[in-house]
Amino acid sequence: MELSTISSNLLYAAFFIYLAAILFFGATVKDKNSGKASKAGKIGITLTVIGFLSQVGYFFTRWVASAHAPVSNLFEYTTFFGMMLVLAFIVIYSIYRLNILGLFTLPVAVLIIAYASMFPREISPLVPSLQTHWLYIHVTTAALGQAILAVSFAAGLLFLIRQIDQSQKSKHTFWLEFVMYIVFSTLGFIIVSSAFSGFGYQVAFQAPIEGEMTAIEYEMPAIAGPHDGELTSSGKMAPWFDAPVWMRGVDAAQKFNTLIWSLLSGLVLYGAVRLILRKRIAASIQPWLKKANPDIIDEVSYRAVTIGFPIFTLGALIFAMIWAQQAWDRFWGWDPKEVWALITWLFYAAFLHLRLSRGWHGTNSAWLAVGGFAIIMFNLIAVNLVISGLHSYA
Amino acid sequence: MQKKKRRLIFRTVLLTIMAGLVTYALFANFTNDDPVVAEGEQAPNFQLTEFGTDESKELKDFEGKGVMLNFWATYCEPCKDEMPHMEKLYEEYEDKGVEIVAVNLDSTNLVVKRFLEKYDISFPILHDKNGQVMDLYKVGNIPSSLFINAEGEVVKRVDRQLTLDKLEGYLKQIQPDA
Amino acid sequence: MNNKITCECGHVNPEGTELCEACGKPLTPQQPGQDNKNESLLNMRYDGSARRSQTYNRTVIDKIWNFFSSVKVGVWLIVITLTASMLGTIFPQEMYIPPGVNPSVHYEDQYGLAGQIYYQLGLHNLYSSWWYMILIALIGISIVIASIDRFVPLHRTLKNQKPKRHERFMRKQRLFGKSPSADTELLKQQLKKRRFNVREEDGHILAEKGRFARWGPYVNHIGLIIFLLGALLRFVPFMYTDDFVWVREGETKVIPSTEGQYYIKNEDFILETYDEDDPRYKEALQQQGGQVPKNYQTNAVIYERKDDATVGTDPELEVLKETHSKVNQPIKFDGYSLYQASFQQNEFSSMTFNLHDTGNEDNVHGTFTIDLSDPQSEYELEDGYRVVINEYFPEYELEDGAPVSKSKYPKNPAFVFEVHPPGDAEPEVSFAGIGRNIDPTNENDYKLGIEDFEMRDVSGLTVKKDHTLPFLGLGGAIFMIGVMQGMYWNHRRIWIHPKDNEVWVAGHTNKNWYGLKKDMERAFNDTGLSVPEDQQEIKAASEKPRAKEDEHGVKHNQQ
Repeated sequence: MELSTISSNLLYAAFFIYLAAILFFGATVKDKNSGKASKAGKIGITLTVIGFLSQVGYFFTRWVASAHAPVSNLFEYTTFFGMMLVLAFIVIYSIYRLNILGLFTLPVAVLIIAYASMFPREISPLVPSLQTHWLYIHVTTAALGQAILAVSFAAGLLFLIRQIDQSQKSKHTFWLEFVMYIVFSTLGFIIVSSAFSGFGYQVAFQAPIEGEMTAIEYEMPAIAGPHDGELTSSGKMAPWFDAPVWMRGVDAAQKFNTLIWSLLSGLVLYGAVRLILRKRIAASIQPWLKKANPDIIDEVSYRAVTIGFPIFTLGALIFAMIWAQQAWDRFWGWDPKEVWALITWLFYAAFLHLRLSRGWHGTNSAWLAVGGFAIIMFNLIAVNLVISGLHSYA
Repeated sequence: MQKKKRRLIFRTVLLTIMAGLVTYALFANFTNDDPVVAEGEQAPNFQLTEFGTDESKELKDFEGKGVMLNFWATYCEPCKDEMPHMEKLYEEYEDKGVEIVAVNLDSTNLVVKRFLEKYDISFPILHDKNGQVMDLYKVGNIPSSLFINAEGEVVKRVDRQLTLDKLEGYLKQIQPDA
Repeated sequence: MNNKITCECGHVNPEGTELCEACGKPLTPQQPGQDNKNESLLNMRYDGSARRSQTYNRTVIDKIWNFFSSVKVGVWLIVITLTASMLGTIFPQEMYIPPGVNPSVHYEDQYGLAGQIYYQLGLHNLYSSWWYMILIALIGISIVIASIDRFVPLHRTLKNQKPKRHERFMRKQRLFGKSPSADTELLKQQLKKRRFNVREEDGHILAEKGRFARWGPYVNHIGLIIFLLGALLRFVPFMYTDDFVWVREGETKVIPSTEGQYYIKNEDFILETYDEDDPRYKEALQQQGGQVPKNYQTNAVIYERKDDATVGTDPELEVLKETHSKVNQPIKFDGYSLYQASFQQNEFSSMTFNLHDTGNEDNVHGTFTIDLSDPQSEYELEDGYRVVINEYFPEYELEDGAPVSKSKYPKNPAFVFEVHPPGDAEPEVSFAGIGRNIDPTNENDYKLGIEDFEMRDVSGLTVKKDHTLPFLGLGGAIFMIGVMQGMYWNHRRIWIHPKDNEVWVAGHTNKNWYGLKKDMERAFNDTGLSVPEDQQEIKAASEKPRAKEDEHGVKHNQQ
């Protein structure tokens, strides 16, 4: 068997082992006494470690197969981010032994890995600017830092679902449901993309890009077609409307269409679950979390930030600057990706000051952890796909 | 009271220093143009061979005279357009103690040779084949002309084509006092 | 006016102190109607020492100082800066729009009304705008003042603390408990084993560890200040140069911004692409379509000018190094770095013509090669044929019907030739260039055909000298040390207070209470002391409210 095949099989294995681990962590919510030698919890963490090792196996076999650290494109980076999230969870778990945290962290990791696999997975060569050790020094530290900060998000979300008063509507309940909806949209994106690519769906357009008629292909039915585009495939659904005129890049309209699909499918999924449960989703989860100690969760969320912040600074700013100085003769260029790393850093700096000096604990702190993760995800997804993509110059 | 006074002084000094640094940064940011040999500065010396000869000329040689330093090339149409003006005024002002020196920036001899065959130029053409003098004077766009007085100070720098009137005006400015 | 506060333990505290520096007694009197039971937990921030700014607020200077000293102001500045930074990423910054386009047209053209507003607000150049720079500067000032204001008193307090603490101090710690008796010798031993620094006074014990973690924030703030000052140094002349040079293959050229001191010769420019049949990357290369670059490289010789002669004279050069510049591997010498930044592959280095009869290409009267960087006036061919170059256009273009050259670079070379046949026959004029061969009279007997040509590559290199980098590196390193010092270590303290027939225990840490509890569990083992209870507990929403919850969802529980 070829090395690259072994590699992707190991990744599949890791994915399913994580799913199994979630089930066992889920079983721990029924345990009588929390923390102490729960059998399900033990199996859960063991599975997590095995899954992690399997993913490490994927990582290094792919490294050998591609002759460079597999962190060079969106699929590889995002997968690695998921792996670091699992590592961060294992580290935090080893300190606090919180089974319930696995129930929140692992699903995030699994969603991230599934999301990653929606992007091209071929082993791709490195362009000259990436051919340096800084590629993996910078990228791995940055990903680890972000992953530890993501554990803070998982703990923060756990805290909020546990603590927010669900007996009446408030802006807290609204935003918590909004977070749930975004999670469902991510899931929706994964389901819709896999489904259409499973059927091999394709629809082609001709549209003017930079004054030239260009062929554009969609891999999902077009809800929003390219601006002034003309459908060239026969027997396919015509777009309901055209993408706005300022979405000019070759892929801009297609990405916009994917976004619409994700948000719509998220709405359908959320709506369906809400209909079945007949109450807010967070409200339905709340009773399962009764056993969790909010003090510990609050501390875990904060602790993850204190561990992750220095690593993030080192990886995403300092190492990034050293590399940028070497590759592009300037350590800082106000490129959107750099700016968003700075925004993330400033956000967590504010978080730490609020927590240390102004006594923001509990709910406020948890909301900040959620906000920080939103910024990290924005940098990972939107800056790569939207900001550079819609502007089409990247 | 003594302690309080000291504290006030400390705070005042520190705030002043920081305000000063910020002002400096803002000021520097908005005057952050590329360095040039600007008006009022001393014109740096250089030495180039005169085109078509083996003789080399140094800026220093013209000490005591006004010098118009003109950067030009054959591929620059406005440069060629102002050449006749310079030629027209050259003889008159040479007698008045003003030298015109044209530094050519072409890379091949042939194009300059053919140009000089067509135009009748009597002032010296120096050839800056490697762009050394161009770099020294931070010349970007051509034509670029510097008017240097008898003391070697740049009186005027013009980075575009000159009209006959303007040219004469500037030449007058660098004319050494009789 | 002297508002120093003398505590009942005899220690004199500066104005504004909340907890006595020596014994920790709260210096604010208990509220009427509030007994020991429902008094809230002590605020241990800065150990209750007086922040200097709060106590002096008389002059304008003091008011400005106090403004910057506030963490609240600092956080607002951070939030404003991060929001502003977001705005700058909505559309590309001016430096990322295609070169040469007019930004005032470009933004409106590309992004419509929003783009126009973006441009008019100056957001296209946000990060070098005066107000963004001021925001960064204000953060810097806030860091300096806030740090000074807190460092001095905190240092004083931590230096002065006594093992013997006031009862109210003990009782209102977050971790507080009572035990009937304790084996203090074993306790001290076990505390020391856990690397606590143990001090004793009249049977009262203070065990402390990780105090240096308290200085972490100040260290990292110093790092940030050095970094910001380093960035400021860029504006100082001679600290920073940024230039660019195009060098043609075979050409030796002065490196700009080096005071004419260094020269570069481009030996060869290399562009490699990935082999499309490489089994490793085949799939991806097919998916992407087109060529993927593998290497951009300039092989170069760096020379140093040895003579002291005037600029413009032929320099006396000495080889400094023979090396190459690749992406990620700049050439470095004497503080300068040359980065492989760009290239052109559209210049000709030589052209070979043959002279043949107009009607018969096989009847050749000779060939000649023109070195485009040094064309000759005329070329002698066989049998007495001569070709004179009448005019040479390195980058030919037709402008208003007349042939002109756009530059001195042979990107589109063209010639006006004069062909002199043997004898005294009249010369013929013809025009030849890439893709064109014009006979103005249509009566020429001879024709010049391009037989061959050679191209040359041009390397674009950035020339950089940046003496600010060591300062930035130092600032970054100090920041990292400080932030790790503050985040990865915690200041943990345990107080043991014999009281009548009981032993009181209190504990405090600046973060990681879980770790402190673990420490206590192990150090108290077999000593008869029990690990104190956590007096702070976050209330769950689903439970009935038992105590008044503050705005942050933290309940101050009664005991």
